[in-house]
Amino acid sequence: MHASSSKDARLAALREEISAIERSGPVRDKRALLPFGIDEVDSRLAGGGLFPALHEAAAASLAPGDDAAATLFLAALAARFSRADGKMGQVLWALARRDLFAPGLALAGLTPDRLIYAECRNDAEVLAVIEEGVRHGSLAAVIGEVGRADMAATRRLQLAAEEGGTPALMLRRWRRSQADPLAAPSAAMTRWRIASAPSALLPHEGIGRARWQVALARQRGGPPHSWLLETPDAEARLALSAGPRDRAIEAGRLAA
Amino acid sequence: MWRKEAPPPSCGRSPSPRKRGEEQGLKPGHWRPGARWAREEKPSLVRHAGETAALVTAHRDGNRDVLAALCPAARALGLEPGMPLSKARILVSGLDVRAADREGDSAWLARLGLFAARRWTPRAAVSGPDGLWLDLTGVAHLFGGEERMCERILAFCARLGFAARIAVAGAAGAAHALARFGAKPLILCPSGGEADALAPLPLAALRIEERARSAAIRLGLERIGELLAMPRAPLQRRFGGDFLLRLDQALGRSAEPFEPIVPEEPPCVLLRFLEPIATAEAIAEAAAEAVRRLVPDLAQAGLAVRRLVLICERVDNIKQYVEVSLARATRDGAHLHRLLCATIATIEPGFGIERIRLIAARVEPLGPRPIEGALAGEAPAPDPALLIDRLAVRLGARRLYRLTALESDVPERSLARAGPLAEPAHWPQWPRPVRLLIPPEPVEQVMALLPDGAPMRFRWRGRSHRVAAADGPERIHGEWWRRAGEAEAVRDYFQVEDEAGARFWLYRREDLSWHMHGLFA
Repeated sequence: MHASSSKDARLAALREEISAIERSGPVRDKRALLPFGIDEVDSRLAGGGLFPALHEAAAASLAPGDDAAATLFLAALAARFSRADGKMGQVLWALARRDLFAPGLALAGLTPDRLIYAECRNDAEVLAVIEEGVRHGSLAAVIGEVGRADMAATRRLQLAAEEGGTPALMLRRWRRSQADPLAAPSAAMTRWRIASAPSALLPHEGIGRARWQVALARQRGGPPHSWLLETPDAEARLALSAGPRDRAIEAGRLAA
Repeated sequence: MWRKEAPPPSCGRSPSPRKRGEEQGLKPGHWRPGARWAREEKPSLVRHAGETAALVTAHRDGNRDVLAALCPAARALGLEPGMPLSKARILVSGLDVRAADREGDSAWLARLGLFAARRWTPRAAVSGPDGLWLDLTGVAHLFGGEERMCERILAFCARLGFAARIAVAGAAGAAHALARFGAKPLILCPSGGEADALAPLPLAALRIEERARSAAIRLGLERIGELLAMPRAPLQRRFGGDFLLRLDQALGRSAEPFEPIVPEEPPCVLLRFLEPIATAEAIAEAAAEAVRRLVPDLAQAGLAVRRLVLICERVDNIKQYVEVSLARATRDGAHLHRLLCATIATIEPGFGIERIRLIAARVEPLGPRPIEGALAGEAPAPDPALLIDRLAVRLGARRLYRLTALESDVPERSLARAGPLAEPAHWPQWPRPVRLLIPPEPVEQVMALLPDGAPMRFRWRGRSHRVAAADGPERIHGEWWRRAGEAEAVRDYFQVEDEAGARFWLYRREDLSWHMHGLFA
């Protein structure tokens, strides 16, 4: 009896210590927090939004459509960081491939006057550019397209992003090995998996607002979750799909 | 460089060195440098006799339009500069009149003068609205003698599209007169022969006032030779002013002010070392010292750097160049030094570097800047331009850019690169994909309900897709004004969603083949 109570006390003390460490970090500044503006999403995020830290997104499958969805998801996040407080923040996009189409990004709120491109030759250069960009602290966000990044590299980026107070958004692209890019460990605050989902059929000819299956595969300090969201509008606002609200989470999508 | 020390005359040493100058001038109102029609419409300058109208330029003088410059055909028809335009129109029907561009002309003349000062002689000056003085003293032999040099200058002007006239004489006034009123486009006046060469020229060649000139013509004095034969005192009494001064200047008897064009040298710092340096730390320290010396010079001149070149001269006389471009003009020494240090790794010191030269190759004016945020105590917000400079050193300046809209509906032509801090143009709000396939990929086994309708089913990259919803077509025509082959080209774009929710951007060409061009999110 005596032994178990001292064990409980020690556990409580350790928990207290851990939460104190978690509270003291430089990212815990609530002012820098950026909510999605959707209650169902923000309530599931630890802290109620995205901190300026490392966030990763990947396509749910090798399909090119999912890759485009993950790209636009990060573009919308960057546009939201760029528009926070009504500012005109600059976003740096470290490219490894040259198939990005700027008019499409502008439709999601990432207009050409907020976006600077940096063309890189390989993953190492992309990582270095992201790190320099977030460390400098003058940008609203930095996006990088990376094929391979190990734990040490992501840890480095995470520290740099916290230090500079600038979010680093990393698009983990599928490689030829067909291994899930989110299977590797990473120090990112949140990891997202984006898939395109069938849109609601219109009562007439034409095509409606596209929908994504947005899965929060992993987050620090909170459980994973999944939502069906509508694609961003010209102000980079995502919306909860009106259809299957509050539906059960498929267990398969959460295996991070 | 308009004065030249000629060999002393045979009779003995003259107290002042004999002066010899060259004037490259153009007859007033003739083909002047930068006359608009000489510059912009080169093909139309080839005019065959009787084919087109005479070409003149006109400008406003008081409340009437007068001719400014004439083409040779107009001159042959009896028109002359200064004639009222209405009179010229009466004399010549179908006259082709353009507006004279004086600012443009003088800008071209200044450019030519700057070139002359860099290329031909250290002393060059602009003379009036239509001429240049070049002082040939001590430079003609570098170009193969006076005649050869003048021929080369004439050939250079001809390549630029200017008809130039050159006269070389011992006095600026004589060169001025001979260049404009001489019989030939190239006149070399022998030393001491100015009086003989000028004698047959009209009084207008002397740069005297209009009032004095018309008074002299009323008295029957038309040629300079007639003036030379007259006693000086009555001339001074009757015409006064600078009449005799101009005559003396033409004959080289009195001095003339000369305002040479001084080419602007970029701000530059040169460091020489007692011992050659070779280590990265030593080069970094030397670069820091060079920047420390350069920045006050820039601040004093009110300039800031856009491009910085560091030249390391090695002991084996090989120069190593390092270049740093800046997104925004700056004279922040610490920032410049940090950028230079990032490039030191590319320098190969070899056996050592003896000299370092730091050149602000491109500068822009920059006034004093207010200090940001220091009074309130908070740190100033970092400037993205500094980050762009650092990334440009790492990646190369060409790899950092913005994309701006071009006026084209063809997707792959609708964007262009701009500087990383440029103000880009926006695209119209048409639905456009996130990823664009370049080149577009062929799509097979397309089935559509109607020949010009959206596809129902297609096969792309080895997978077949069933279309659940579609929108289109958006028709984009070929740009026939770029290439004749595009006159018939048509693309009908469809935005389609397959059953899994993936969205594609397909188009059907005029030959009914289907292509995949992009992916929506």
